[in-house]
Amino acid sequence: MVIKQLSVFVENKIGRMAEITGIIGDANVDIRALSIADTSDFGILRLIVDKPEEALLALKENKITVSLTDVIAVGIEDKPGAFAKVVKIMSDAGISIEYMYAFISRSDDQAFVIMRVEDPDKGIAALNGQGIKLLCREDIY
Amino acid sequence: MRLLQAQRLHDTVCRCYENVKFYRDKLDELGVKPNDITSVDDLRKLPFTYKQDLRDTYPYGLFAVPREQLVRVQASSGTTGKMTVVGYTAKDIDDWAVDAARAITAAGGTKSDFIHVSYGYGLFTGGLGLHYGAEKLGAVVIPVSSGNTKRQIDILRDFGSNILCCTPSYAMYIAEAIQEMGLSPGDISLKAGMFGAEPWSNEMRLQIERMLGIKAYDIYGLSEIMGPGVSFECSEQTGMHINEDKFIPEIINPDTGEVLPLGEQGELVFTCITKEALPLLRYRTRDIATLSRDKCSCGRTLIKMSKPCGRTDDMLIIRGINVFPSQIESVLLELNLAAPNYQLVIERQGNLDTLEVQVEMTPEMFSDSVRFIEKTEKKMKSALLSTLGLAAEVKLVEPKAIPRSEGKAKRIVDNRKI
Repeated sequence: MVIKQLSVFVENKIGRMAEITGIIGDANVDIRALSIADTSDFGILRLIVDKPEEALLALKENKITVSLTDVIAVGIEDKPGAFAKVVKIMSDAGISIEYMYAFISRSDDQAFVIMRVEDPDKGIAALNGQGIKLLCREDIY
Repeated sequence: MRLLQAQRLHDTVCRCYENVKFYRDKLDELGVKPNDITSVDDLRKLPFTYKQDLRDTYPYGLFAVPREQLVRVQASSGTTGKMTVVGYTAKDIDDWAVDAARAITAAGGTKSDFIHVSYGYGLFTGGLGLHYGAEKLGAVVIPVSSGNTKRQIDILRDFGSNILCCTPSYAMYIAEAIQEMGLSPGDISLKAGMFGAEPWSNEMRLQIERMLGIKAYDIYGLSEIMGPGVSFECSEQTGMHINEDKFIPEIINPDTGEVLPLGEQGELVFTCITKEALPLLRYRTRDIATLSRDKCSCGRTLIKMSKPCGRTDDMLIIRGINVFPSQIESVLLELNLAAPNYQLVIERQGNLDTLEVQVEMTPEMFSDSVRFIEKTEKKMKSALLSTLGLAAEVKLVEPKAIPRSEGKAKRIVDNRKI
């Protein structure tokens, strides 16, 4: 299952992060996970939220550069070696991972891993049938 | 002088009318015949020439001689992607050398001096202009060209350079590097510097003079008219004598085109009266200056112009290179990045100018991948470098980050204190 991630362009300026997350909060959108890729001049804020389309609209209205990106989400057991297994499957299939981040879920003993690959469908096909739990919208939101 | 100018002006207008379609059409349109031009005052009957005209007739449209008579072309940056191309006959080159030699003489140069030329050699007129001038004078020219400061200093010290020719900001840079190397003015034999191609203040002059233990002279020129040596400073250092036996200056109101009386500030306009290859009539330099006929203590009677104190267009001079905001716009448009909003931020770090181009992010440029965005930045950087001939930093900013006044973005932030 493909999940929608919000990707937001953030200039390295004091207060910018507060502004952007404030807009998301005002739109009554809940943030589930986030990661930031940063360079010396700018960062890209990557967010998994419960209502991505609504957040997208709210941010665009405020002239913020934002897009929706298709990512893969998998649920793995919170135990040693579980994460390595997922990454191994991807590398065996010759799929390179652009970036990834993980967070612990509130229910059961699961960790969620978000992965960005060039072709999400190919990534999903590789993971299917390998005993890896692919997550859909409902699992995360 | 007035008689000589009148005679030469008449001859030039005749040649323009006969050989340059552009001028023939213009003069016909105005109903002016070459024989109507008999005195310097008749100048105002003639049409203006703009940089745009050179661009419209790119590359050789305004040349007044057939190719066989040309011996050289040089070029400078145009207002957009295209360069401004200028040409010279053998006589033009010789005249130019005389102009530059006069400038060197006014700066105290003689046959027995080593002239260290650190202006760039190439299409830019700076290097070759001073080079031929030094040879014409019979001095010894050291054609170092620009860059490699360590080597510049080695040559200054070991070759015994007496006069340094470069941009004022590079002179400051060299002066600082000399200090950092633990050398003092006593270790070098410099007595004077000829600095031009960019604006500089009197404070900067005093600083350079102190640090290098020299007298620093201003030199002015533009390739459309000739190159360095159109005018030059003398020992009095209160303005630049114009080689008015070759170039007639006027000061005009840039909005109305009206000729202003001596002493008033306005746009500087030159008419070439000896040039063969590219005799431009009433060329609008876009430089703002004043003219003066006050008696000069050096004894020269040539009219003097003030240091240009600004521009009537948005041209910037960064490290001696002419930069028009419109050039940057066309570079960005060529990269198909929609129609980005941009701003130029110019700083002086130490004594070198830096240019940062801030570009507002557009959806076309954005991606969730850092790699992709950095690739776009790099693409912009290399396109700017090849078009401007100047390394610029590129910084992507958020949409609407660039301030707008009345809907128009403020394009230039010049933080240099010149």
